[in-house]
Amino acid sequence: MTVSKIDVSIETNDKPAPPPKHPNTCPRCHSHYRDDELEAALWLCAQCGHHFPMRARARVASLADPGSFSEEAADLHSEDPLQFFDLRPYTERIAEAEMSTGLADAIVIGQATVDGRQAELAVMDFAFMGGSMGSVVGEKFSRACDSAAERGVPLVTVTSSGGARMQEGILSLMQLPKTVCAVEDLHDAGQAMVVVMAHPTTAGVLASFASLGDILLAEPGALIAFTGPRVVQQTTREKLPEDFGLAEQNLRFGHLDAIVPRDELRPTISRLLRLFDAPV
Amino acid sequence: MKNVSLLGGARLSGELERLQRQLDRIGAEPTDEDIWRSVQLARHENRPYTLDYVERMLDDWFELHGDRADGDDGAMVAGLGKLDGRTVVLVGQQKGRDIQERTRRQFGMPYPEGYKKAMRAFELAERLRFPVISLVDTPGAYPGVAAEQHGQGGAIARSQAEMARLTVPTVACVIGEGGSGGAIAIALTDRVLMQENAIYSVISPEGCAAILWRDAAQAQKAAAAFKPDAAHCLELGVIDAIVPEPEGGAHTDHDRAAALLAESLRESLDELDGTAGDELRRRRRARFRSLGVFA
Repeated sequence: MTVSKIDVSIETNDKPAPPPKHPNTCPRCHSHYRDDELEAALWLCAQCGHHFPMRARARVASLADPGSFSEEAADLHSEDPLQFFDLRPYTERIAEAEMSTGLADAIVIGQATVDGRQAELAVMDFAFMGGSMGSVVGEKFSRACDSAAERGVPLVTVTSSGGARMQEGILSLMQLPKTVCAVEDLHDAGQAMVVVMAHPTTAGVLASFASLGDILLAEPGALIAFTGPRVVQQTTREKLPEDFGLAEQNLRFGHLDAIVPRDELRPTISRLLRLFDAPV
Repeated sequence: MKNVSLLGGARLSGELERLQRQLDRIGAEPTDEDIWRSVQLARHENRPYTLDYVERMLDDWFELHGDRADGDDGAMVAGLGKLDGRTVVLVGQQKGRDIQERTRRQFGMPYPEGYKKAMRAFELAERLRFPVISLVDTPGAYPGVAAEQHGQGGAIARSQAEMARLTVPTVACVIGEGGSGGAIAIALTDRVLMQENAIYSVISPEGCAAILWRDAAQAQKAAAAFKPDAAHCLELGVIDAIVPEPEGGAHTDHDRAAALLAESLRESLDELDGTAGDELRRRRRARFRSLGVFA
């Protein structure tokens, strides 16, 4: 059969994957940590500064004033509009992700204060099906925009996502225009959005709300790409620059305002909220 | 016509002689074979492309070139023309007929420059109060090094944002492949149409198969699972109407396909006529913000 150019077997030509490393082993310098060590250090490698993946609730705790976070729409759950079945039913994948993450979907939203200033938080979690955006992520992000607009406070969004969720088919694609419209409504209400792109922020999330922040920040080394390096390499056979798609390249090409290490994020966001003059 | 009410307000577009065939098709759930046939027809090498329709539907066509910054993307066409005496701005992805043209137009896969060209056309439409017509036909946005360096994700996001801000009537029609972000970038419109044999999807069948089945050869199975065909898109509320094609597919008769498309576009623009601009924008955003299924 003929296969169009863009689609040339994405996985089939792959070399066998290297044996999985322990998630608490630093992929850069191979230092190994206990959970509590990483938790105390914002999931940063004490040796080389590598940013380990950070779960949504830990992220919220690292940004919000203690006890100030009030979660919204926590009970929204995915449906299975297509009765999608690949190697396993979508409903089973959802149930498994819920069990392993303790979340209902790949985003947590709610009200909080940061250094005493009110904000709305929308924080994605890559551990929930790769942070993929289906109907629930789109709806919750949109509600975060509305909540910020209604209360007259800025929205702080932390993204970490592989893109749209394939198992919800075209409805996942529709979350791109949906979240774009929500950001436009927020902007029309005169409120700002700060986006922090964590590793990875790719495809459908980058091509919608993540790119529409008034201020775009990224964590060091985060992959920020519409098409990731592997697919680019396999479809175009181009030689990739060394830091292809990373935050550092995106900053150089003018797509970001700043790269902010995780331990400086809270003071940076606090300063931005002061600049936006959010009511105390 | 009683079947129509089952679709929950969905409408059919086009002339009466085609209605019954559409109703028959929609009444019966498309089979996996029907879906795969749409995938093949949507990619048929003789299927009419954007400029084939432009030539047949619009008078006084004047093509715009360049994004006024970095270049002119052959995969994205933009211009002005008259549809039944009414000046419209038309944008659309353009594939190529032969290998030279395909290369020049990157197989219909725009760079960020293409989306910036489209945005420039949207701004022109807004300024001069012309309706916008988008013809969507792309496997996806171009997946290359330069495209990434020039900000592919941001360009797609900002093109949608620009469309969400317009206060002129806007209509999109998927005329072939509606491939993912590269397609939605120009499809955030008041009315979204889809030709009978077009496909609209979050990922290509091959891409989906490669990721979920770990085998690109399972594309047919993947297409059956994520249902990119027009009937399913209508059922999910993603599109507003299906544009009929000549019997056998649009590639069999370009003139007829163009006449049917022009009729549907005209109908949509007529419906939007007379609605105030800020109301159009409010409804457009509400339409997209209502999409999704959750509990």
